[in-house]
Amino acid sequence: MGRKDISPTRILLYAVLVLAALVYLVPIYILVNTGLKSFEAATLRQLWVPSMQPTIEPFVRAWRQLAPNFMNSVYLTIPATIISCMIGSINGYVFSKWRFKGADVLFVLILFGMFIPYQSILIPLVQFLRAIGLYGNLGGLILTHVVYGIPITTLIFRNYYMEVPDSLMEASYIDGLGMFQAYMKIVFPISAPAFVVVIIWQFTNIWNEFLFAIILTHRPSLQPITVALRNLAGSQIVEWNVQMAGAFLAALPTLAVFILLGKYFVRGLMAGSVKG
Amino acid sequence: MVRSRKEMMKAFALVLPSLLVLLIFVYFFIAWSFRVSLSAWRGLIADYTFVGLRNYISMFSRERFQIDMMNTLSFTVSFLILCVVLGIFLAWLLDKGVRAEGLFRNIYLFPMSISFVVTGVVWRWIFNPTVGINALMQRIGLEHLTWGWYTDPTRIGWFHVALIPVIIAASWQLSGYTMAMFLAGFRSIPVELIEQARIDGASEFFILRKVSLPMLKPITLSALIVLGHFSLKIFDLVFTMTGRGPAFATDVPAIYMFETTFRGNNYGEGAVISMVMLAFVAVVIIPYLVSTFRKE
Repeated sequence: MGRKDISPTRILLYAVLVLAALVYLVPIYILVNTGLKSFEAATLRQLWVPSMQPTIEPFVRAWRQLAPNFMNSVYLTIPATIISCMIGSINGYVFSKWRFKGADVLFVLILFGMFIPYQSILIPLVQFLRAIGLYGNLGGLILTHVVYGIPITTLIFRNYYMEVPDSLMEASYIDGLGMFQAYMKIVFPISAPAFVVVIIWQFTNIWNEFLFAIILTHRPSLQPITVALRNLAGSQIVEWNVQMAGAFLAALPTLAVFILLGKYFVRGLMAGSVKG
Repeated sequence: MVRSRKEMMKAFALVLPSLLVLLIFVYFFIAWSFRVSLSAWRGLIADYTFVGLRNYISMFSRERFQIDMMNTLSFTVSFLILCVVLGIFLAWLLDKGVRAEGLFRNIYLFPMSISFVVTGVVWRWIFNPTVGINALMQRIGLEHLTWGWYTDPTRIGWFHVALIPVIIAASWQLSGYTMAMFLAGFRSIPVELIEQARIDGASEFFILRKVSLPMLKPITLSALIVLGHFSLKIFDLVFTMTGRGPAFATDVPAIYMFETTFRGNNYGEGAVISMVMLAFVAVVIIPYLVSTFRKE
């Protein structure tokens, strides 16, 4: 890695990196640029031309259309994230520090749940939610996200707690702390980094989720933002500057989280590839 | 560590609710879906009349289903190759001690944080035959390179060219993930190994091929499995970006399942598609899970 002088190779290296970065940024350019154009300026041939007289009017109109759905996503994502975090933390604690007989096998059986194509449970899920009166509302969607979030949240917490030295647990045992007390007094207070990773991970996934959302909510007023955006983009009457502004609004919360807390997001990403 | 039996029972009791819930929502529901796939259920009212493998036989003989299988295969293979090659290439470059490495890394990675629906909406416009890349190419004098993108029903062998824009969009979103994994992989290779090869006069490319890549094999496998199982069940992106496409050129099993079950109310056949999807994913995931955790 030595030579950091200005050599032709290094210039080429940076040139390639910058070029790749520009390519990755193209969709964001399209989103923002088109979203800032007035309807007259956003004619078909002008997709790539920079907006000459930027206007936030498309954003205002997109917001007016999507605000209720944006709020649905907020009401859905926040409780689902918090609940699945708590469950994951407890499970992760048991599966790392209290491995009862058969715990490892059960853990793998839990993990399988995060890989299945959800199509294979959708028909029963709809029937079940209908039977308990949660079909078609946010409550059913929250329950669904909490349940199918258990595998990944358990995995991330388990991997994190595996790093907690057993001597610490040993000491708590000698001090006469039971399992609950050891969790409350020793494990939970040092869990903040794992909580941050899991909160970001779940927040991003639930906010962005589409399949459960489109199946489990049919009334437009109850649909999360991803479903509403898809309907907006699929309609022929909505101008596409407004569609782009809407897409940007839908992307904004998770994008903001990534920009502010990107490194924790990457940790969740790595945990997603299992590594026991 | 010695623990009392009572405490261990408490630990088990603590995870028992999660276990029961997943037993129902994953395993019981899968069995239930399987039962639906063997039933005559067609229409709004559930009908569990047993019909054996009838739905499987009729589904497997459908042309749309066969197209979907081939689309899944060609999509998965090209998407995996593109992601892994891009991921290794970018990680390799970033591992050369680059200034502002964090910035580059985040630019390659940020698409991961965006919804597939947003990705679908944007890339649909970028590859729109009249306004997108085609318009740009016309502007810079490359008219002869313009084509219909996802509206082109052409097939080369079993490969639908309309899948190309979808593969590009999916790779845009997930190649950063492989980049991040490979970057961590490059960082875990002992520096002395690389330095020794340099002292011996090996070229950077030679080092990549003969020293780094062999050591990255386990990471490549993880990346392939995570991306592969994802692409076998892809839905949101294709559904928003192109839908089933002209003559099912961009159709995938998840879209077919959605339309059959929740638009066509043909639950029996919809369940068949879901069982086939599950079988594909299981073939990839179960050996992976078992081998990962056997070591412990």
